[in-house]
Amino acid sequence: MLNIFHYDFMLRALLVGTLIAIITPRIGVIVVLKRLSMIGDSLSHTSLAGVAAGLVLGINPVLGAVFLTIIAAFGIERIRRAFPRYSEIAIAVIMSTGIGLAGILSGFVRNSASFNSFLFGSIVAISDFELYMIISLCALVLITVIVLYKELFYITFDEESARLAGIPVNSINIVFTLLTAITISVSSRIVGTLVISSMLVLPVASAMQLSKNYKQTGFLAIIFALFFTLSGLFISFYLNLKPGGTIIIVGVVTLVLLMIIKIRPAAAVPSIKQE
Amino acid sequence: MKKTDNNAMNKVVEINDVSFAYNNKPLISNITFNIYKGDYLGIIGANGSGKSTLVKLMLRILSPTGGEIRMFGVNINNFKGWSKVGYISQKATSFNLGFPASVEEVVGANLFSRIGLFKSMKKEHRDLVYSALEKVGMQDKGKEMIGSLSGGQQQRVFIARVLVSDPELLILDEPTAGIDIKSEEAVYCLLSDLNEELGLTVVMVSHDIGAMTIHASRFVCLGENGFFEHTPDDKISSELLTEIYGHGVLLHKDCVNCCRHGEL
Repeated sequence: MLNIFHYDFMLRALLVGTLIAIITPRIGVIVVLKRLSMIGDSLSHTSLAGVAAGLVLGINPVLGAVFLTIIAAFGIERIRRAFPRYSEIAIAVIMSTGIGLAGILSGFVRNSASFNSFLFGSIVAISDFELYMIISLCALVLITVIVLYKELFYITFDEESARLAGIPVNSINIVFTLLTAITISVSSRIVGTLVISSMLVLPVASAMQLSKNYKQTGFLAIIFALFFTLSGLFISFYLNLKPGGTIIIVGVVTLVLLMIIKIRPAAAVPSIKQE
Repeated sequence: MKKTDNNAMNKVVEINDVSFAYNNKPLISNITFNIYKGDYLGIIGANGSGKSTLVKLMLRILSPTGGEIRMFGVNINNFKGWSKVGYISQKATSFNLGFPASVEEVVGANLFSRIGLFKSMKKEHRDLVYSALEKVGMQDKGKEMIGSLSGGQQQRVFIARVLVSDPELLILDEPTAGIDIKSEEAVYCLLSDLNEELGLTVVMVSHDIGAMTIHASRFVCLGENGFFEHTPDDKISSELLTEIYGHGVLLHKDCVNCCRHGEL
């Protein structure tokens, strides 16, 4: 039987997967609780347009993705303010723009294989540059969410009261938007545009099935993300499946199982009462 | 009802000839009144009369188009002591009920500046949280999720969140909106207790004139026909309210089972 640890590219994939599994739920927990779960989809499609623009213009596609995703993230915030209580409009507009731009620009990309690798990610083909970039990003996200832990919690729970309590809400929202954009654009290079949004939402949704408070939700989301990523990589290696898709399916199956377990005791209560 | 000390030294808020207009349409015109230490001031009036706007002016969320507001003797534009002011908005209980936060976390959120960067809540902060929860009779609910509590209980948690930072002035904008009558009465009684026992100055916007006449020590009324200020010595009558609101208002002053301490 093949040994996963004998392959350098798999060791690299496990390391990078672990780092992404630590940072994406930290961003995801705030995104989900702000009811912006689809923001990942929207920004990752824009990052694809950035990749295409980078490939066409001959600049580093990841940097192109980061640049365009930051613009898109602030675009979402601006449109949200124009349509209060209709956050989904902002997300749909930016996603459509991203898909439209990516569609047009991809027509000018000569090496379509390179473009496809961004669509589905390339966790088993990580370059040194990408490895260092993801390590730096991991440090940046962790430091920011630890330093701003209390402020981010207050803003996510009740933005108006947080503002009145003296928290610089606008500045922290800008920092968080930047962090979200950079995390999505860099991570989508590794795990794929189509996977990153699930990595933001699935671990948090699973954690919310079990947690009793905010701190526990954040902690459990990281544990679930690590479980999805590492078990997804192992399964994909031994069953010769696509790693990105396998990671998502492990996440979905786990979430469904947790929901069934949670529903069952609740359903059992009335029958006990009847007895 | 706590007796207000109308000494000039004890002015908490001074509203001097304040006006405000939305898109050049006057909403508040030349209002002058003071709020003194120990007041339980009710701000009443019809919908759209500018009650919430007046509160937003006091919190500097909006700026007056004319006149001056002073907080604790300082012009509001130079006022830095916002930690002395606690605010509970109309929207406080309209949060996402599925939000995974414990009561302890929600109340502790207001201690963020005291805890400091890179640090998490310690025993001394937790003690402050439970002391605030005790003041509102919710000390045994600290570990429960905020969404699992009733509307009245949630409102008491939000009052505790404000109390934890030890304010001197508590401003509430329709805090009982959306909760049942029994819980509503309990919130009014709790605020009376905080006003009488802790000497907290309370300013409350309410549409419930009957409850306000029982609990508040002073009123300001905003209405179609102008602005009126009342002291406890003035009697609020249905006739007067009709004058303020511009139409007939029935006044109920009975308070059944009102403020039985320990039954909040």
